[in-house]
Amino acid sequence: MSIEFLLNGEITTITGASPTRTLLDYLRETRGMTGTKEGCNEGDCGACTVMVSDGADHRAMNACILFLPQLHGKSVRTVEGVATGDTPHPVQAAMIDKHGSQCGFCTPGFIMSMTTAHANGAIDHDDQLAGNLCRCTGYAPIIRAAGAVEKAAKSDWLGEDAKALEQLKIKAIHPQNSDDLATWYTANPNATLIGGATDVGLWVTKKLVALDKVCFISQIEDMRRIETTKEGLRIGASVTLTALRQAIAPLYPDFAEMLRRFASTQIRNVATIGGNIANGSPIGDGPPALIALGATLTLRKGNKRREILLQDFFIDYGKQDIATGEFVESIFIPTQDDRLKCYKLTKRFDQDISAVLGCYNIHITNGQVACCAIAYGGMAATPKRASHVEKTLMGKPWTKETIAAALPAFAQDFTPMSDMRASREYRLKAAQNMLQRYFLEDTENAPRVLKATA
Amino acid sequence: MSVANSTPHDAALLHVTGKARYVDDVPMPANTLHLAFGMSDVAHGSITSINLDAVKAAEGVVKVLLADDLPAENDVSPSAHDEPLLATGSVHYIGQPIFCVVATSHLAARKAARLGKVEIAVKPAILTIDDALAADSKFEDPITFLKGTPEDVLTKFGPNQTVTDSFELGGQEHFYLEGQAALAMPQDNGDMVVQSSTQHPSEIQHKVANALGKPFHSVRVEIRRMGGGFGGKESQGNALAVACAVAAQLTGCPCKMRYDRDDDMIITGKRHDFRLEYTVAFDKDGKIQAMVMHQYARCGWALDLSMPVADRAMLHADNAYHLPHARIISHRLKTNTQSATAYRGFGGPQGMVPIERVMDHIAHKLGFDPLDVRRVNFYENGQTTPYHMTIEDSVITPLVAQLRKTSDYDARYSAIQKDHADNPDSILKHGIALTPVKFGISFTLTHLNQAGALVHIYADGSVQLNHGGTEMGQGLFTKVAQVAATTLGIPLDQVKITATDTGKVPNTSATAASSGADLNGMAVKNACDTLKIRIAEFLAPKYDCKASDVRFEDSKVILVNDAISFNDAASLAYQNRISLSATGFYATPKIQWDRLKGRGRPFFYFAYGAAVTEVVIDTLSGEYRILRTDLLHDAGKSLNPALDIGQIEGGYVQGAGWLTTEELVWDDKGSLRSHAPSTYKIPACSDRPQVFNVALFENENVEDTIYKSKAVGEPPFMLGISAWVALSHAISGCSATGEYPAINAPATPEEVLKTVTRLKGESW
Repeated sequence: MSIEFLLNGEITTITGASPTRTLLDYLRETRGMTGTKEGCNEGDCGACTVMVSDGADHRAMNACILFLPQLHGKSVRTVEGVATGDTPHPVQAAMIDKHGSQCGFCTPGFIMSMTTAHANGAIDHDDQLAGNLCRCTGYAPIIRAAGAVEKAAKSDWLGEDAKALEQLKIKAIHPQNSDDLATWYTANPNATLIGGATDVGLWVTKKLVALDKVCFISQIEDMRRIETTKEGLRIGASVTLTALRQAIAPLYPDFAEMLRRFASTQIRNVATIGGNIANGSPIGDGPPALIALGATLTLRKGNKRREILLQDFFIDYGKQDIATGEFVESIFIPTQDDRLKCYKLTKRFDQDISAVLGCYNIHITNGQVACCAIAYGGMAATPKRASHVEKTLMGKPWTKETIAAALPAFAQDFTPMSDMRASREYRLKAAQNMLQRYFLEDTENAPRVLKATA
Repeated sequence: MSVANSTPHDAALLHVTGKARYVDDVPMPANTLHLAFGMSDVAHGSITSINLDAVKAAEGVVKVLLADDLPAENDVSPSAHDEPLLATGSVHYIGQPIFCVVATSHLAARKAARLGKVEIAVKPAILTIDDALAADSKFEDPITFLKGTPEDVLTKFGPNQTVTDSFELGGQEHFYLEGQAALAMPQDNGDMVVQSSTQHPSEIQHKVANALGKPFHSVRVEIRRMGGGFGGKESQGNALAVACAVAAQLTGCPCKMRYDRDDDMIITGKRHDFRLEYTVAFDKDGKIQAMVMHQYARCGWALDLSMPVADRAMLHADNAYHLPHARIISHRLKTNTQSATAYRGFGGPQGMVPIERVMDHIAHKLGFDPLDVRRVNFYENGQTTPYHMTIEDSVITPLVAQLRKTSDYDARYSAIQKDHADNPDSILKHGIALTPVKFGISFTLTHLNQAGALVHIYADGSVQLNHGGTEMGQGLFTKVAQVAATTLGIPLDQVKITATDTGKVPNTSATAASSGADLNGMAVKNACDTLKIRIAEFLAPKYDCKASDVRFEDSKVILVNDAISFNDAASLAYQNRISLSATGFYATPKIQWDRLKGRGRPFFYFAYGAAVTEVVIDTLSGEYRILRTDLLHDAGKSLNPALDIGQIEGGYVQGAGWLTTEELVWDDKGSLRSHAPSTYKIPACSDRPQVFNVALFENENVEDTIYKSKAVGEPPFMLGISAWVALSHAISGCSATGEYPAINAPATPEEVLKTVTRLKGESW
């Protein structure tokens, strides 16, 4: 496979590299470009952040778990490539001016997240930088720097990269559509499909697995689409969480708010919703929300498609209803009134895997529970409906008493485990309290801690 | 004048452009080999067999080392020679290095290291404080500080004037963004040059020399900068540097090692976790009459720096409060876990948290504003500590008074108290706390309080600066260069800052104990003064003035009625065969300390500060936010206010992180489960206080420190304690019965909800 992309404005062609060679290793080891740092090698600290652009679309990504083929046809800017000659980028100048660096090791990653945010005109700095850890500064001076350059002029190289990319007319890599993927995967059923590589990347960097045969699917155009019809929303499996968050915000704002806290900007920019489902994790944040919305999954093998309820996809830990050679093609959310609330419980608000994620979709008609879907992540070996709880609520009046009466049913639905994120007692108690919170938010407009001010 | 200016960090431009080089960024010499450790997966046991066939056969492997292959000393301990580089017969924690792979690439070494087959006969492991107490597993007998007759006094107070409790205080992973790294390059005659990400180049030099069987002069260690240290690179880099040097000696090739993040967290030591038990008697105003405090430190498997860490915890058991009668007993427990090590504050924070818990507890018992209890207990100058040192420089009373006003503490505390009373069922509860810091400055091992410098003036007037301190982000090099520029009367950019190099300044102490600028700044000033005197004595007769009247200002040498440029003076001096290179030296005066007796003056002076934090908690989930923080800190006469404020803001957030979301979790086999940023949560961007007001307290050091400044590296870390106490206050708003929250640390959301649940009388 020959991979072609722009690196700091220069055409770069790589042939013969392993498809699981990371951009970070390529930059540091092959090119001697050591500005981009390795902090954790798992996409959790942001020291390796680079900017990847596709024309006018600029995204911060973690180079440590970004495989070279994912860059094909894109332009990449690293910390070495954002200044204009000897003139630092406004973000760089502001970081010096506001004393935003101390040890300096996280700084290149911050510079790249901030440069990308600046290119996009994004001023939600805390969210833009949630994926960049700094141990020295306490972040305050970094945010001051980001705030100081919101209105600064954008760099010329943004346009130059887009133009150069257009002129290059780089041929897209195979497969280009889902039909091609279906054919290829039927012939190569043991291959590993890679969406954003935010999970598979760790198989390579941490488990040190050698993947013999891989197929990149994030570029497949028809699987990147989000279609809105009267019946609902059809989301291609290769849709990134960034794109999903944007599309879902007007329909189910609390889902979007949960996605705001899903991993980090860098991860959401590459991670796909199909990957979040297909890897079968009991703690993926996508499935509980989608299950609560009654989403269905379209699975495809060759030319055969089947549609199942997403909740039925998860059979047991590490076991999904998916055949060899079959892949997740799309997800469908049926149209409904928005009654969804998502409660993501973590040690740290941003970029933390959920200890418990509770998603509630309860419809009330004439003061009674008419329809009720409650799904949890982190409470069992799979994402799971709270069916006993739902049963005790159905048809009952929407009152405090009904809620109280439903609480014991949690123990019937779940026997959660203790691990480094939470004890089983905490998980169960917090899960019960989420039902109380849903009721109180619905009936008393109960406040959220994230909205509180001094 | 350069000193007192808010000059940016000297490497800021390099940082933001990615041009600042760290050890892993240094271009490698040809044929460099890469190392990785094979580690124990058993917490305690005897090695019965080691089969490395698969390791040796793995792609790229050049050599595999076991303990028996080492040429000389097999030890990387900073203290008691109890820490073999590679295990010898037995293993003592999960993560202990057993063998070392030498391979052609970092990845090849990592892959091969997982192929070793080590059989270990498992022995019972001592993992927890309870395990250690039950087995009487300890490094030394308990150490006691005693002042007065605390037990006698305690008997005079009934339960209404006594608080007693025990709680757990977690450890902390350093999470320096740059992991441990070293590169060793063989030289003529088997000498070695080592690049090491270390706070203690001299110790690296010594450990490497001993491991090679060479005198110290055969090893030169260099470090330009670290990507964060926080104490985690005081001793924990020894293993990598020694392994690289030994492998380089055995292969003749340069050798490099860096830990992958998970390995780094599994292998290296962390902040000591503690259990604290206290019994305290107080009068009707909340004034402490007597205190007995037991400190149980979980030190891990090897001694490392646990003795001085535990000592410093004892030395801060009083924090800013006068204890008329006190007994402080320190237990140093040995467990089959990572050997706990230095971490910013070096035991001081662990000593300070419990007395803040005591203040809070007393106030709760009396129904007082906790600030009132704190205030009546503040030291007055002339009073003595539990270790019999007289306090002479306290500014805590005026400092707290100022912060109380600027933070609007009284009104905010009253509003929260009212809200707690008026809205018992509200889901969100606010809490606020003001806590002080008094932190002792000096190494408690007195001989470490020395520093050297080497300053060259070249014939063109440019200056090169060398000293024994290391740069880990704190801005030490900037501050010391400011000192040199000010002393010589030249602009800052005329001073070249160079890497720390054991070949230039020997026998250095670790850059630790907040001492960097105090010690090295003074040594550099001393060297610059020597050079000034030489130049003045040379020029004065030519200009018909006294050498003592010559001044160095504004890039000029002012000879009373005449002046020549500094650069011309340098040139003239050179032409007249005047030496323009000088060493400087400094030894901290006045200090003396007997650690076993618990008596003396361990500290040259104290740094003070205080913090007000307001939090809000969600009583349904235990989640919380820091809403507002106001910090006022005493950096003496600041050498660089911007850098000092950076230390204060950053220290606060790191301290608050320690006591809130940063939770180390070991399983029942002794395996660390929180060994990556995915499972160990340091504060992220949005965790900083929403409103964050930071100011320096107007003060100057009463002692003769460098330009009357004060050390600032560690003290602000403990300002973060206010966040933990504020959480306790917020939780108290849920108490149906008036029960004291009695939280442990870290106060994770789980700890908060668990406490809320208990106070509400609900089941858990």
